[in-house]
Amino acid sequence: MSAYIIRRIFLAIIVLILATLVVFVIMHLLPGDPVLLYLSKDAYSRFTPEELAAARHEYGLDKPIIIQYFNWLSGVFRGELGKSISKRTEVTVEISEALPISIYIGIVAWIISHAIAIPAGIICAIRRGKWVDTILTIVANIGISAPAFWAGILLIYIFGLYLNWLPIFGYTSPLVDFWLSIKKIIMPVFCLSLTPLSGCIRQTRSAMLEVIRQDYIRTAWSKGLRERVVVLKHALKNGIIPVVTLAGMSIPLILGGEVLIETVFGIPGMGRLAVNALFSRDYAIVQGIVLVVAVLVVACNLIVDISYAWLDPRIRYD
Amino acid sequence: MLRRKKKLTQGYQETPPSVSSFQHFRRVFFSRGVVVFGSIVVMLVILMAVFSPLIAPYDPYAQDLDNTMAKPSLAHWLGTDTVGRDTLSRIIYGSRTSLIVGVVALGLAAGIGLFLGLVAGYFGGITNLIIMRFIDTLMTIPMMLLALTIAAVLGGGLTNVIIALGIALIPTYARLMCGQAMAIKQNDYVTAARSIGAGNLRTMIRHVAPNCFPPLIVMMTMQIGITILAEAGLSFLGIGINPPGAAWGAMVSEGYRYLTTNPILSFAPGLSIMLVVFAFNMIGDGLRDALDPRLRGTL
Repeated sequence: MSAYIIRRIFLAIIVLILATLVVFVIMHLLPGDPVLLYLSKDAYSRFTPEELAAARHEYGLDKPIIIQYFNWLSGVFRGELGKSISKRTEVTVEISEALPISIYIGIVAWIISHAIAIPAGIICAIRRGKWVDTILTIVANIGISAPAFWAGILLIYIFGLYLNWLPIFGYTSPLVDFWLSIKKIIMPVFCLSLTPLSGCIRQTRSAMLEVIRQDYIRTAWSKGLRERVVVLKHALKNGIIPVVTLAGMSIPLILGGEVLIETVFGIPGMGRLAVNALFSRDYAIVQGIVLVVAVLVVACNLIVDISYAWLDPRIRYD
Repeated sequence: MLRRKKKLTQGYQETPPSVSSFQHFRRVFFSRGVVVFGSIVVMLVILMAVFSPLIAPYDPYAQDLDNTMAKPSLAHWLGTDTVGRDTLSRIIYGSRTSLIVGVVALGLAAGIGLFLGLVAGYFGGITNLIIMRFIDTLMTIPMMLLALTIAAVLGGGLTNVIIALGIALIPTYARLMCGQAMAIKQNDYVTAARSIGAGNLRTMIRHVAPNCFPPLIVMMTMQIGITILAEAGLSFLGIGINPPGAAWGAMVSEGYRYLTTNPILSFAPGLSIMLVVFAFNMIGDGLRDALDPRLRGTL
């Protein structure tokens, strides 16, 4: 097991280093003057060629691209992600304000979606073809088809404007005002969970259906075990494995969904920060956000890989 | 005597009824109502996109400043927007954007992804290691964030959105194809092809690739929905087709500003997105049931 974990950590580090390279390449090799990455468009047109050359020199853009990459990377290791152009603040400051909000909402959405979806999927599988199965399957199919941002707008209309039950905009920290905070995140969390929830119901259902057909489940039944024991102890242990994979994959899904949902609900998290930064061409922030998100995803994948091996001993010896 | 024999073999058929694979496919595929529904919706949307100018009651770009923000009526079934453009006509034209982006971006991603996956899976070893680590790296950045960043850096517009989504969707295909190719490579017919002197390229294209296809077709159908949703998300954020053009995501975003006065402006295009994505997903489900050998015989 420890050899497996060490191998996984090693792979994760390689992928992270490659991720820094991908981030750098997207920002630097795509068409456009690299100075644009550091100067806003208006500033760019105001500068004289000499000043542009000076700016290039100041940001190290006159050096070969490889050197630029290593300069940037060494900054990353020292915790320096550069300066925001539009806000004139350190990128690390901007991100450290937005990150906890996104992580908080994301974790709540992730937990809620799986806490509902796994039992729902199991119920669908063991009551296959019954009305519970039919209804939940239809709900799940609609859930993966509905655009989350549109679901958000529907909710805002119904619960915010029509019924006037929930606040429709902004974010309050649970440490400041717990109840207001809960009220404010209900709708965003629902929208963020929609896709992973539906996907997880479908995956759990089909994985459990696959397992329920196996001989050892028939053996368990014929031993006279109760349904609860057969389903939770015998079937779930194998049925849950593909669900764990999907649960790991839903982390980037939720982080990606936050781009849209935070914009709809005006939540000052990473997603909205990224959108605003892209529109104001503040690429230092974008670069920082993409990097931090990549680190988060790699860390979560590592946890998933390890829990995967813990659940399924066959994987450890691959 | 004859009767007795019949009794002994009751419930036993000597030869199973012969069903061609196409008949089997058709029977399973159309056995569920939702799949039929999905197929009909997709067919209608394709017709709608192709014949937009004939179907749309108004010019989707024509402004009518005397008749702005009209409620649904017989003249304008879904009302009009802030500059008096007919919402229904814009939705009909918007289907073009969704389908074009969905299909072209998917084709781009599948083309590159399948090639990378095939090469990685077929050659294995160091080639596999390099390609798949690259794919893993792309997967660390959420698809939506990656597509948004690439599209924004490239400068928006329909072509750039297609390129951005095309790149962001590569990993899914590469991974599936790699796994498929690795499994198919083990078959005896591949060894046989190699032993009669088929080169790497020929073996890959003629023998390995065609046998990888059933799960890929299912995956691609399911991914059309995801691609359309992602395109809608990008155009909702304001990156995508340029302003006068119609895209469902952008329409939702425009309508969102007038949610209190005219909610149908954002409800109708959103519902269109959901319906189309639902339809593609149902076709994907039907194809999976009909093509995936593991589930054959259980339905």
